Amino acid sequence: MNPLHQYLLLAAVLFCIGLAGALARRNAIVVLIGIELMLNAANLNFIAFYRFGPNPERMEGLMFALFSIGVAAAEAAVGLALIITVYRHLKSTNLEDLDRLKG
Amino acid sequence: MSTGFIILALITIAGAIGAMNCGRLVHCALSLVASFAGLAGIYLQLNVWFVGVAQILVYVGAVAILIVVALLVTRNAESDRQNEGSKGWIAGGSVALLVFILLAGALSNTAVTGAATLAPDSSVETIGRRMMTLYVIPLEALALLLTAALLGAVVIALGGPKPGRASK
Repeated sequence: MNPLHQYLLLAAVLFCIGLAGALARRNAIVVLIGIELMLNAANLNFIAFYRFGPNPERMEGLMFALFSIGVAAAEAAVGLALIITVYRHLKSTNLEDLDRLKG
Repeated sequence: MSTGFIILALITIAGAIGAMNCGRLVHCALSLVASFAGLAGIYLQLNVWFVGVAQILVYVGAVAILIVVALLVTRNAESDRQNEGSKGWIAGGSVALLVFILLAGALSNTAVTGAATLAPDSSVETIGRRMMTLYVIPLEALALLLTAALLGAVVIALGGPKPGRASK
């Protein structure tokens, strides 16, 4: 098995676990955890292609992964702030309860 | 396939499954930490030191703590073990399985010529020089994004203006 293949396959497995959880779970925080897992799978792909790609000295995949980690950190902060605000309004983080647009 | 990779991949996948499957939410967050740490180990095993350490700092440190704090702030009595129907798991699992079949099929049909080359030079000095010359505009954009996101998170979590003060 090609070394690149095994990392891509691991990233695919990780992405699908995150996708299944994000679709199936009802708690907003667990859905956010699933999204983080999918972002990490994408990061693993960047690093695998950087490491085994044709031009590793140009560092494109590495830079992409670093910037993606930064964006994911910002996304987690804003997402959790939104969840806390929703919890203040509705006293619940269950996504099934979020069924109206009026605050 | 090296033994180290297999062990780290098993830790990562087991952590991810636990994070999605645990009944208690705090256990979900702890499994997530295991998964992130396994990924960091994979980056270190690939000799991409800087990204591995950044993964530990940002994900195992900051994001995991943020999630645990959010869990504790939003904890109510009945949310600890909520009754999650199996209907959602059937639908979500089948969609995820379909996506996995697509990805694995595309992967097995593609001839990837990824040779195991020597570890490229990814020292902190090289990364810093690259970031300050070629990638300086993305770096500044990311700095702006992080500032805006942190301010926005504080503003959102504080709540909007009080009704009495807003109608001045």
